[in-house]
Amino acid sequence: MIQGSNMAEAHPVGFQWVVDAKQRGAKVIHVDPRFTRTSALADRYVPIRAGSDIAFLGGIVNHILSRGLDFREYVLAYTNAATIITKDFRDTEDLDGLFSGWDPVAGVYDPASWQYEGHQEDSPSVAEVAAHKEVAGGLRHESHGAPVGRHTQRDETLQDPRCVYQILKRHYSRYTPEMVQEVCGVPPDVFAEVCRAWTENSGRERTTCLVYSVGWTQHSVGVQYIRTGAIIQLLLGNMGRPGGGILALRGHASIQGSTDIPTLFNLLPGYLPMPHHAQHPTLDKWVEGTIHQAQKGFWGSARAYCVSLLKAYWGEKATPDNDFCFGYLPRLTGDHGTYQQTLDMIDGKICGYFLLGQNPAVGSAHGRAQRLGMANLDWLVVRDLYEIESATFWKNGPEIETGEIVTEECRTEVFLLPAAAHVEKEGSFTQTQRMLQWREKALDPPGDCRSELWFFYHLGRLIRQKLAGSTQQRDRPILDLAWEYPTHGPHDEPSAEAVLMEINGYTLPDRQPLSGFSELKDDGSTVCGCWIYSGVFKDGVNQAARRKPGTDQDWVASEWAWAWPMNRRILYNRASADPDGKPWSERKKYVWWDPERNEWTGFDVPDFEKTKPPSYRPPDGATGPAALAGDDPFVMQGDGKGWLYVPSGLIDGPLPTHYEPVESPIRNPLYKQQFNPTRRYYDRPDNPLNPVGSTVFPYVFTTSRLTEHHTAGGMSRTLAYLSELQPAMFIEVSPELAALRGLRPLDWAHVVTTRAVVEARVLVTDRLRPLRVENHAVHQVWLPYHWGYAGLVTGDAANDLLGIALDPNVLIQESKVGTCDVQPGRRPTGRALLAYLADYRRRAGLSEGNQRG
Amino acid sequence: MRRLIESWPVYRQLTGMDPLGRGAAVKSARSAALTARTQTADTVARSVCPYCAVGCGQRVYVKDGVVTQIEGDPDSPVSRGRLCPKGSASKSLVTSPDRVRTVRYRRPYGTGWEDLDLDTALDMIADRVIAARAAHWEDRDAEGRPLNRTLAISSLGGATLDNEENYLIKKLFTALGAVQIENQARI
Repeated sequence: MIQGSNMAEAHPVGFQWVVDAKQRGAKVIHVDPRFTRTSALADRYVPIRAGSDIAFLGGIVNHILSRGLDFREYVLAYTNAATIITKDFRDTEDLDGLFSGWDPVAGVYDPASWQYEGHQEDSPSVAEVAAHKEVAGGLRHESHGAPVGRHTQRDETLQDPRCVYQILKRHYSRYTPEMVQEVCGVPPDVFAEVCRAWTENSGRERTTCLVYSVGWTQHSVGVQYIRTGAIIQLLLGNMGRPGGGILALRGHASIQGSTDIPTLFNLLPGYLPMPHHAQHPTLDKWVEGTIHQAQKGFWGSARAYCVSLLKAYWGEKATPDNDFCFGYLPRLTGDHGTYQQTLDMIDGKICGYFLLGQNPAVGSAHGRAQRLGMANLDWLVVRDLYEIESATFWKNGPEIETGEIVTEECRTEVFLLPAAAHVEKEGSFTQTQRMLQWREKALDPPGDCRSELWFFYHLGRLIRQKLAGSTQQRDRPILDLAWEYPTHGPHDEPSAEAVLMEINGYTLPDRQPLSGFSELKDDGSTVCGCWIYSGVFKDGVNQAARRKPGTDQDWVASEWAWAWPMNRRILYNRASADPDGKPWSERKKYVWWDPERNEWTGFDVPDFEKTKPPSYRPPDGATGPAALAGDDPFVMQGDGKGWLYVPSGLIDGPLPTHYEPVESPIRNPLYKQQFNPTRRYYDRPDNPLNPVGSTVFPYVFTTSRLTEHHTAGGMSRTLAYLSELQPAMFIEVSPELAALRGLRPLDWAHVVTTRAVVEARVLVTDRLRPLRVENHAVHQVWLPYHWGYAGLVTGDAANDLLGIALDPNVLIQESKVGTCDVQPGRRPTGRALLAYLADYRRRAGLSEGNQRG
Repeated sequence: MRRLIESWPVYRQLTGMDPLGRGAAVKSARSAALTARTQTADTVARSVCPYCAVGCGQRVYVKDGVVTQIEGDPDSPVSRGRLCPKGSASKSLVTSPDRVRTVRYRRPYGTGWEDLDLDTALDMIADRVIAARAAHWEDRDAEGRPLNRTLAISSLGGATLDNEENYLIKKLFTALGAVQIENQARI
């Protein structure tokens, strides 16, 4: 099941496994607004209106529950289906699109009524939720569920109207095939085929895999898209089992790694939160903030993870007497995310900006805002392989043409520092399945090219040197930092393996490498830079560098590189066995209990305490891992269960609900509530949105990748072969829309939103087709987003079309759907372009102070 | 004459065992004498493709200090030796003459690039970081709670970099009190 992803195009070498499976009899279904290379190899392609996936998936949940097609034994034992919710909970079905607890002033929910029965007093306050939203707190749950504690009330018959199963059933009861047709434009017979295929291919003997990419994440309800997929996979018993699961296909070589060891404002390594000024005044409060007092599961050892990180940062200066230098950590006060930063740059609040292999002038939403922001800095450091758009906006960006940026008046000082390429340094990438793969260095980088390791190590060394002797309190954290790494070679390159060893962790004072996070201590006797990566240097061996050929191993290939946590290839794999520890079926056996040796065994590293029998029941008052029963497979969840219903931790509700995108051609057919009520939107004159149902912007657009290019083009439009293969920006339209707007193949057309006009060559294909939604035709158009004004092949940047509206849980922008107009011919240039846009805004009823129509 | 016709690849494609012309049919005396760059390389490094997150294995061949070929690593259980067009083009990512190899500097209000020594650039950047912190340091909030930070410095990027690099970036910026650190995962 592939939805929200064009896997064949964007992850072609990974797609070989889909084709392999198909050749062995697997059925492949692709759901997407456009017929793509993935659709071409699928057994069934389902066209869908962009932005309507929750309605589609919710319809499948309804299909499963109304017919009792769930994998009941799995659902009862391994999910929270039987758990009782408070009597005060009200659903979006009751409140026309809002859950109980909505606070219109704060713009968030009071989630007290969403909690498990008996847990109401554990609920965070509205103020805490508001702070959580500001700092995208939901992102912490990539390694563990939100805190819930103690035991839960359950109804094993699933009949109690307040149990999750019944709440779920009621919530999706109106997501009928007819509603799916009305919202998504998918005919009932096609929808029925998908429902049948998915349910029939799940159970004891078979599993279904769900694949998504940023076609799901980049929405104002992106987290809830994925949640709906998770609900289906849990109901059908596809989690923790071979051939099942939810596969997120990520788009950069180490985007998983840069989330695990985050260069993100709200996280520290291993999904520890950056401290918040009000919520985390002390080390104890910081640790407490990450766990529930009576937390079950492995996350209960959070204090050891926190203290070991502080030891990695501040070494011998971090002692029990000074709370391990917790006071040195900077504090968050709110949203410090990349889009807030962009707007702050426009407002002149930011002096300096580092760009490290990222090209926001092309790759981020609202390109004009990105470029105007960068043009208002004191200084900008760009570290890249090529002269990317973000390094040259001051001389050749689109705003030069419109006069909004004047080179001689642009004050930004720009340092373009050449970076080392992937073969010119050693280090590890974490690929999309959490696997760290070490790269050997092939040769030294040329000229002034240097690795980021070199740049940041030496920048830190120089700053410490310049500040040495400072008596300023603010300089203590940098001067006391543990910043000694061995260097080698002609450029004094720091040792990447020494850094990986610090990430893995070691004991003090004898510096013995740790073999896993269970060895971490909270007394300062262990150092660990990222607890979930602990074990990557087990036995002093770089496990990520293991390269035993795949052909010399079994199909799990666990001796190739190393996956976090603990080299597990499938998470929660305890669920591949039944509650008694026996495989659900011989065909799908993966990890099971061996009663003779009294331990878990199988093809993978069991995601469970090795010697805890299936019959184990926790004694009263147990905490940490001991509080999880022998049949609680979801060990990072507080209650050991897979969550069909999320009682805590999400901003926009415990259950996914269909809301329209922030820009939509129609009113929400399901509820009065049009949008995600908790979406993050920056309401300012330079960030207007197209009004709902606007006849001025009647069409839906979406964007994605081409095989031959990569993201904003810095690593592909700069190369001759790739530029020759895909030389020009284009727009794909249906024959119907082409006829309607007079668009001719290979001629020019331009796309207009309230933010920008983008021109492109016309490609007319029947891969896009108008969908009947609410009794009128919705035309969708598609654009690749790779082009910009630098490189060997240039063109307008599709991301310029976007405004900035974000998912409230993780602050990711809605960039996979918007509304637009499409007109034949080239766009106006220079000042005329600004007048053209102003006229569109006027006709759409937008004026200063009225950005949303 | 017969030898002349038989030396014509199309004839050999039509009559021999290689109708698609991918093997024996298109060989010539010259091509038989060619040696693959992979055979003459001085060293081979085992690497990973730098584009998407599938993580295909690469073998990087170097001769005389230059990358001469990058191929898929057949040992990889992820990719089984295959690379997509981007991965196959990654040699030119490294070797392209268009790659920036020296520091470029644009002074405020400048109309073009200037040259700058790398050490000088690093020194100037260190000075600017220190100055931005000093000018825009926030010790405490309005209620006296510690903040220990500056909002004058931003950073973006990390998803194309190594784990070890991201680790040092976050560690250094955190110690400097710079919290506005973001990467592609937010996009």
